[in-house]
Amino acid sequence: MTGTDLRTDAAASRPLGALYAGNARSVMLRGWQATRSTNWLVVVSGFFEPIFYLLSMGLGLGALVGTITTESGQEVPYAAFIAPALLAVAAMNGAIYDSTWNVFFKMQFAKLYEGMLATSLGPLDVALGEISLALLRGALYATGFLVVMQALGLNLSWWALLALPAVLLIAFGFASVGMAVTSFMKTFQQMDWINFLLLPMFLFSATFYPLSVYPQPIQYLIQALPLWHGVELVRGLTTGQVDAGMLWHVLYYLVMILLGLVFTTRRLRTLFLD
Amino acid sequence: MPEPVIVAQNLVKKYKDFAAVDGISFEVAPGESFGLLGPNGAGKSTTMRMVGGVSTRTGGDLRILGLDPNRYGPEIRSRLGVVPQADNLDTELRVRENLLVYGRYFGLPRAQVARRADELLAFAQLEDKAKSKVDALSGGMKRRLTIARALINDPSILLLDEPTTGLDPQARHILWDRLFRLKEQGTTLLLTTHYMDEAEQLCDRLVVIDKGVIMAEGAPAELIRTYSSREVLEVRFGSELNADVAGRLKGMGDRIEVLPDRILIYSENGESELVRIVDAGLTPITSLVRRSSLEDVFLRLTGRTLIE
Repeated sequence: MTGTDLRTDAAASRPLGALYAGNARSVMLRGWQATRSTNWLVVVSGFFEPIFYLLSMGLGLGALVGTITTESGQEVPYAAFIAPALLAVAAMNGAIYDSTWNVFFKMQFAKLYEGMLATSLGPLDVALGEISLALLRGALYATGFLVVMQALGLNLSWWALLALPAVLLIAFGFASVGMAVTSFMKTFQQMDWINFLLLPMFLFSATFYPLSVYPQPIQYLIQALPLWHGVELVRGLTTGQVDAGMLWHVLYYLVMILLGLVFTTRRLRTLFLD
Repeated sequence: MPEPVIVAQNLVKKYKDFAAVDGISFEVAPGESFGLLGPNGAGKSTTMRMVGGVSTRTGGDLRILGLDPNRYGPEIRSRLGVVPQADNLDTELRVRENLLVYGRYFGLPRAQVARRADELLAFAQLEDKAKSKVDALSGGMKRRLTIARALINDPSILLLDEPTTGLDPQARHILWDRLFRLKEQGTTLLLTTHYMDEAEQLCDRLVVIDKGVIMAEGAPAELIRTYSSREVLEVRFGSELNADVAGRLKGMGDRIEVLPDRILIYSENGESELVRIVDAGLTPITSLVRRSSLEDVFLRLTGRTLIE
């Protein structure tokens, strides 16, 4: 065997060169297998978190609040106001968990990616596979949550059906950026910073009350953050207040996805294919 | 002579100003078992990573299976089996799943991978562990699983980075036996080691590397013949006395090496040197006559021992 038979000019026919072997599904398959094998309980537990929030805040606190006026002037019950926000948060959390802590562990301790990149896989296969898995998990949570919303009468419009792809977009954005950020992290302390940033974003991104309660400068700050765009996008869909301005939210996430993928792929190449 | 499967010419890898590999050249023929012997930090692992297509060379030329890894990384990797220095088995998967999933990384069809996984479990003597968790395996078993995993794609070349480091003697012998079988089946092996006994057991040919450069190249026996005597007499006089006594041993054997804990006297006949020492009125605490090994070759070439 001299290997000349390998030289089918595959390298020339690969626009992304050695970065992508078109086999991200094997990385997803691995994640599915691992979930089945060891950590399905963690996955299931993630499903209930937003539902508990919805029950306590939406139904409990909602009984005191009554209705709330949205940005576009519509009066909706409090639970219907926060449910879409919690849905966006659930997508964010699922995606972030999979793409930060999980990825950090696999990179630093399990040396999983080192093993993967010693095969014919490229870094983009690994990034896409891992992110898709995070997405799939986000989709699962979101579907469950939407069903609960429907049962509680919190979906006010048929547009709510589009909340599912919207949630996927949100999860994709967070997973992509999450993995990129994680690939630069070296210690647990640095990882804690991610949580430190996420918690206030969760609490203050017009999740539990309209953005209009803030003074103007704070509003601008919140609007610069990704979760607000997610919350507004999903809220518009489940409450049925759809307008063209929502495309900006979509664009925001598309940019996140793209930047995340580019940085993750580059970083994985630097780390494992130097 | 068949076309070599690995050709390295003046291979260089620099990290900033530091040259981890500083211009090494070697060729490996198909079916050959080739070793890179050297102490920690000699540049062995860096060389392995370049051959494995996961590290880009800074200079020189490299051809694996006739291809340049800079351009054909994925094609080359699809034909290699890699056993890294530290086990990187997937601890979230069971033993057999590790093989199945790894096979899929190469894009191989499910049925083929399943068949191959069962063959390899038998080869690695892990059939009854197929459903075990990876963490429950012993060090030797993990190593065998890593080797089985590296064989899932039926590689043309198997790269082994320090395959038995950290294993107990029995586990090492089992592993050597498995590797020897692969060698008999005609698999090309490229391995790094800092154990001379391992190199002597497994390598047809090897290069001795130190500080990123090749110090010597040849078959183990040939290197020993060239750089050392047939036998070595090791004597110990106690750490304080060794240096003192060394002066009085001048002229004995072909060559003398004084180490902190013992003195090595190289000679064609170790016993007769021992007699001469005793005749000279010296009484070593312990003495041992053994055959020269690659360790002695390394000491001769670098003035240092392999494991420090």
